[in-house]
Amino acid sequence: MNFDIAEFMPALPEIFVLTMACIVLLVDVCLDQERRVITYVMTQATLVGAALLTVALHTGGRTVVFSGTFVSDPMGDVLKVFIYLVSAMALLYSRQYLIDRQLFKGEYFLLALFAVLGMMVLVSAHSLLTIYLGLELMSLSLYAMVAVDRDNEIATEAAMKYFVLGALASGMLLYGMSMIYGVTATLNLAEIAAYNADISGNEIVMVFGLAFVMVGLAFKLGAVPFHMWIPDVYHGAPTTVTLFIGTAPKIAAFAMLMRLLVEGLGGFYVQWHDMLVVLAVLSIVAGNVIAIAQTNIKRMLAYSTIAHVGFMLLGVLTGSEGGYAAAMFYIIVYALMAAGAFGMVVLLSRAGYEADRIEDFKGLNDRSPWYAFMMLILMLATAGVPPFLGFWAKLSVLQAVVEAGMLWLAVVAVLFSVVGAFYYLRIVKLMYFDKADDHTPITAGIDMRVTLSANGLAILGLGLFPGALMALCASALL
Amino acid sequence: MAIEPVIFWVFSTILVLSAGAVVTVRNPVHAVIFLVLAFFTSAAIWILLEAEFLALALVLVYVGAVMVLFLFVVMMLDINVAPLREGFVRNLWVGIPVLAIVIYELWVVVGEKQFGLDKVAAPAGHAADYSNTKELGGILYTVYMYPFELAAVILLVAIVAAIALTLRRRPQTRYQDPAQQVLVKRGDRVRLVKMAAEKKQ
Repeated sequence: MNFDIAEFMPALPEIFVLTMACIVLLVDVCLDQERRVITYVMTQATLVGAALLTVALHTGGRTVVFSGTFVSDPMGDVLKVFIYLVSAMALLYSRQYLIDRQLFKGEYFLLALFAVLGMMVLVSAHSLLTIYLGLELMSLSLYAMVAVDRDNEIATEAAMKYFVLGALASGMLLYGMSMIYGVTATLNLAEIAAYNADISGNEIVMVFGLAFVMVGLAFKLGAVPFHMWIPDVYHGAPTTVTLFIGTAPKIAAFAMLMRLLVEGLGGFYVQWHDMLVVLAVLSIVAGNVIAIAQTNIKRMLAYSTIAHVGFMLLGVLTGSEGGYAAAMFYIIVYALMAAGAFGMVVLLSRAGYEADRIEDFKGLNDRSPWYAFMMLILMLATAGVPPFLGFWAKLSVLQAVVEAGMLWLAVVAVLFSVVGAFYYLRIVKLMYFDKADDHTPITAGIDMRVTLSANGLAILGLGLFPGALMALCASALL
Repeated sequence: MAIEPVIFWVFSTILVLSAGAVVTVRNPVHAVIFLVLAFFTSAAIWILLEAEFLALALVLVYVGAVMVLFLFVVMMLDINVAPLREGFVRNLWVGIPVLAIVIYELWVVVGEKQFGLDKVAAPAGHAADYSNTKELGGILYTVYMYPFELAAVILLVAIVAAIALTLRRRPQTRYQDPAQQVLVKRGDRVRLVKMAAEKKQ
């Protein structure tokens, strides 16, 4: 490769985030606990700066640099901007929560920054090697974030589970990648796509590799039957970490799915289509049905995540441009809705008290009509009730599925969405029709109140005018 | 007869047997030692492939550092293996058919039919002045510059995570503070007390 400045320009956001992470690391070491807020402000500034750089460098074209290991394209830019946005929201929601629990430490923000860097690498990966490295960078930071509250036994157990299963999934993914590399003798996704397996008769090895890659992907996405870690990790992790894990990494995992399956192994559409059908149907069914039995809202939202991942897979398995755009729209919408829903759990929690039982939402309307209204928007949107944003996400995926001629899949998805509406509406019922057991006033900083309200209103506002975001996703994939 | 096939078969046999021993021996310390043997023999096979640098790195890094650390951990943990082995015979009836299917699948997929010498040619030998290390260095810092940097970042994250998870100030732990020790004055430690001289009784 040539070490020209032009070669480095597309990766400027990554370089910026890495440099800032190192600066934050050095600055944080010199800070007293009273001035720890500087670390927080610098972290948020890094995310804003990275967003500005990504937008400024957006060309609308596709550039591959670093000897074919890095790609900058519109899909990557759009996904990255949403990753910054959701991560910044997650950190903002966590500030007061962390201070109340003596977890307001520099490492938390530092690990979050490194996780964001890993997601950026994953989104821009153009080689099997960079996909794996980005994934590991993201996952390692997340494992440590789950365990950040060392004195909490459930969190430590969740971190161990997450780490062991995550390592197993990485191993599967790597084994599949080694098979693909063994046949094609290249790590570059474009060259893998250009490899013609039919002529060389190595199709069976490629499919074998694809199956292992699929297992790794399903683990990371949390699709049934590789979902066992999701409820335990979501439940055990500190709520703000759950908020972070449940949002931005899902966007990155979608990018990984697109890069590996569509860009790299697009020629094996027939094979991965069938695998995705199984994963999607099982996820939608199991996620929606098991969520009904949950009494802990974090576990309930975990199963809801599984169902949503299944829905997103429906969009990808159509194999059409429209389907990919719908899946991308779906995952972005999901990340925004999940950030709001977990944000509400964080809002109701206070020092020494976790509002993570479903009963904690009882009578929220008496305690604070405004937040009850926000939660109402979020729950109805997640359930897919019009005119909220979640409805359009579901609708666009279903349209793509019907257009692809897979009517039975759409019917299954709609049926189980109706089943799923039950547990979202139960929260609404508890908030508006039950008496509150707990009358503690809801206190939160002005930043949290404004952002959470903006989050809720955005779901409503974008739901009324969904065209712009949908058009953005459609144009990003062309 | 060429010497290479002999070397290959000898080391491959030891490799497979020791890898099998890793999962079947009862004592975890013995398992670790067998793993060392497996690494060592695979390094020998890599040398046969003219990948000298990787073979030496495997011996130095894995055998020399990682496995020794691993051995320390296994010895310190004092794992009671008896409960882990419970149900070994009972689950064997399920395990053996699964194992047979996996071996058959692997044989179909990565067997002679797919990766035979007619499909994938044997790598050509190099001249005596060929340096494997130089070749690796040449592409590691140019073609693979980006993944190389990423690997460095992952190591940095590992350091940060390890420190964040293990460095904890427990209030009840006593530790030395060199700054405090240096700042100590004589007056803080020694108290001169004036006493009236005592008389012998």
